[in-house]
Formats: sequence, C-alpha cells, structure tokens
Amino acid sequence: MDCKNAQTLIAGYLDQELDPVRSLEIEDHLHGCVACSQVYENHQVLSKGLRTGSIYFKAPTDLQKRIQRSMRQAAKAESPPRWLSWSWVRMAAPMAAAVIVLLALVPFLRGPSTEEMLTREVVSSHVRSLMANHLADVPSSDQHTVKPWFNGKVDFSPPVEDLANQGFPLVGGRLDYLDNRPVAALIYQRDKHVINVFIWPPTESSDPGIKRETRQGYHVFHWTRSGMTYWAVSDLEESQLQEFVQLLQNQSPATLSLP
Amino acid sequence: MKTATCPFYGYGNKMDRGAVVALGEKETLARFEQTIFPHMDAAYNLARWLTRNEHDAEDMVQEAYLRAFKFFNDFRGVDGRAWLLTIVRNTCYTWLHQNRAHEMTTTFDEEIHCVDSDTSNPATLALQSADHQILRQALDELPVEFRELVVLRDLEGFSYKEIAGIANIPTGTVMSRLARARERLKKILCGQPKEKLEDGL
Repeated sequence: MDCKNAQTLIAGYLDQELDPVRSLEIEDHLHGCVACSQVYENHQVLSKGLRTGSIYFKAPTDLQKRIQRSMRQAAKAESPPRWLSWSWVRMAAPMAAAVIVLLALVPFLRGPSTEEMLTREVVSSHVRSLMANHLADVPSSDQHTVKPWFNGKVDFSPPVEDLANQGFPLVGGRLDYLDNRPVAALIYQRDKHVINVFIWPPTESSDPGIKRETRQGYHVFHWTRSGMTYWAVSDLEESQLQEFVQLLQNQSPATLSLP
Repeated sequence: MKTATCPFYGYGNKMDRGAVVALGEKETLARFEQTIFPHMDAAYNLARWLTRNEHDAEDMVQEAYLRAFKFFNDFRGVDGRAWLLTIVRNTCYTWLHQNRAHEMTTTFDEEIHCVDSDTSNPATLALQSADHQILRQALDELPVEFRELVVLRDLEGFSYKEIAGIANIPTGTVMSRLARARERLKKILCGQPKEKLEDGL
C-alpha cells in the first residue's frame, strides 16, 4: 500500500469503518511510514477535539414552540372546511359514482316501452295466425257477416270494411288477444300477402297520427281513429301497406256514422 | 376502522368520520412530536453549520419540520434523526443554491494529489491547544461538502452508511471526502497560508 492510498483510507481506519483485511493492511503501513502515521495521529487528535461537543450548536429554547406554532398555522391554512374535508369526499365519492352508474343504466333498466311491447305482440300474433292454420275464425269476404260475428265476443263493435274494389279483399275475422284484452282481428289479402288488422278501443287516449315500424321484416302501422286503436301488420311492400292503411282511415268514419 | 374500538359504537354513536380523522391527525401529530421533536438539536446544528448563520438556521429547521410533517406518513424507519437530517440537508441546499450560489460554485477537490509529508509534528500541538472558537472558525472555512461530512461524522456520530444516505453519495466517497476534510481542517488550524493550503491539497 502506498501513502496516497493509505491517506485516503486513514479516515475509514480512524472511524472503524474498514473491513478487517484493509484494517490490517493500513496498520502495517502506519508502522512503517512516519509521514502517514503522523497524519493519522493528527486526524485522531482533531476528530477527538471535534467530538467533545464544544462546537455543537444546540437549538434555541424557543425554537420548538415556534415550530409547533407554525405547524398549527400550516395545518389550519391547508385543511379546508370540515364539510369539504377528505373524509366527506371519501364517503361521497363512491355514492356519487353509484348514482352516475345507475343513471347511465336507467334506459336499459326501464325495459321496452309499452309501444315496443305491443309491436312485438302484434308481430307475434300475425306470425302465429299464419303458422297455425287458424287465420280466420269467420272466413268471409262479407263485412256484414264478419262484423256481427264479433258481437258477444268482444265488448266493442269493430268497423269492418271490404276493400276488394281497391285491391284488398276482406278474408275474414278472428278473435285475438293483445294488450291484455280480447281484440278484433280483420284479415285482408293482397295477392298472396296477408294483412292482419287488430282493432280495439284503447285504455288511454293516444296520438292519432300514423306510426310505422318494421320488425323481423314485417311492416307495422298503427293509429287511432274514432276511439279505436288500429294496428295493421303485413309482409306486404311498405308503400302498398301504407296505401291500404290510408284506405282504412278514409273508410272508418263513414262506417261509424252508420246507424 | 377506528370507530369500531369506540365503546359506544352502534349505540347512539356520536363519532362521525370527521371526528375520527381529526383523532387520526392528533395521533399522527403526537407520534411526530415523539419521534422527530427530540432531534431538534441535531437539526439545528446541521442547519447552523450549513447556513453559518443562526437566524437562517432557525428558518431552515422550521421549514424542514413542516416538510417532515407533511411527509411523515412516508417515514417507515426507526431512526427519525437520520430521516429528519436528510430533509434538513435538502432544505438547506435548496436555500444555499438560491441565496449563496457563489459558495456552491466553488469547486472542491476530492483527490489527494500529494501526500502529507510533515515529519516534524507541530500540528499535534496546535490541534491539541485549539479552543472551540478556533475550531468553529476553521470548520466554517471548509467548503460546504467537506463541512457537512465532518458535522455528520464527528459531531453527530453517524456511520458512513448513514451519512451516504443523508448526503446522497456513495460510502467510498464519504470516506475519501472525510480524509480530505480533516486534512484541510488540520492545515487551517496549523495556520498554514491559504495559498499553500490550496497548493498542498
């Protein structure tokens, strides 16, 4: 070990921070080197002098009070009013999040509207009437046969029109069940296409305008006229079904005006 | 949850969460005063040696304590003194860079270029007779990077590992820098002219 190395390690040796091997090495060097042992001795005296505590600065007695005061002030300045404190935020945040999630889910939770449900029912009834070989309870193209047939089966008298002259011959009538009540179903035909018209007096008054929807490839028109709800459904081309609907609309008041 | 330990919990419990948090803050403050306040002398001593001014030292300690309380939740160790002095040192260095920038730009030499070759030994006598006034003056003259190591080692008695943590330098650097600091201090005390000091180191 040379003197340069030794004098770097002297501090570590003095402070007992060297590993045993290094300690032995520097001890060997100090034994044989007057200059380095002199440096070591001087450092030792110096370090001892510093450690007596004579140059240690003790904190002024009022410093602790000053610090405690400033800590209180800082705490006051930083803490917001109690109602805004973190404890409240911690409590309110999950609740607010839950409310937001619930609000977002409302459209899904509410389920389908009455109108949507009814559209489904109407289409299902139409499909069922075609499947079950039970299209008409009273197969007749004569409106004067079909209309009286409903007497005693439903508590209203549905307007029945034969539109054969306009290309939509009446096929018959059927008793059906929609919107939790028995309804009158009139069957019309255009070429090979069947049109079901469901008629019943609505429980609540609704918009008289024509509404149209398409579901599973079937066109659905519904409207209210002269105190009756009409739902017409068919696989007929939409424009043709619309023509049919307009014919019905024009006919029904006249029918009602009959004695 | 702290309310669960309240004997009246679930029985007309009047403790709202706000009170619990306030209680938590009080507990934290008590723990802080218990673990950190006893080291105020150490904090002041270091700040005083780094700023070389008692008023600035008090400001530094106050600021360091406020910071320490703010980060007290991060304190996981057992040695509050080393943790506090790290904050004191950082606070002081920030202040020194802002207010004593010229001191900080002084380059100090870590390497030992030529070895000490005093064969006669007047130094030992001078060192032994140095009173605390002279010692203080000499230490004040050291560059701050040397000064802080002497303070942390000889005045506070920290291990090299602890000093490395506080001053954010490798342990090997602590040792070599301390050797340099003591050598320089010795030369100041022995009244060597400054020019010769700079040459010799």
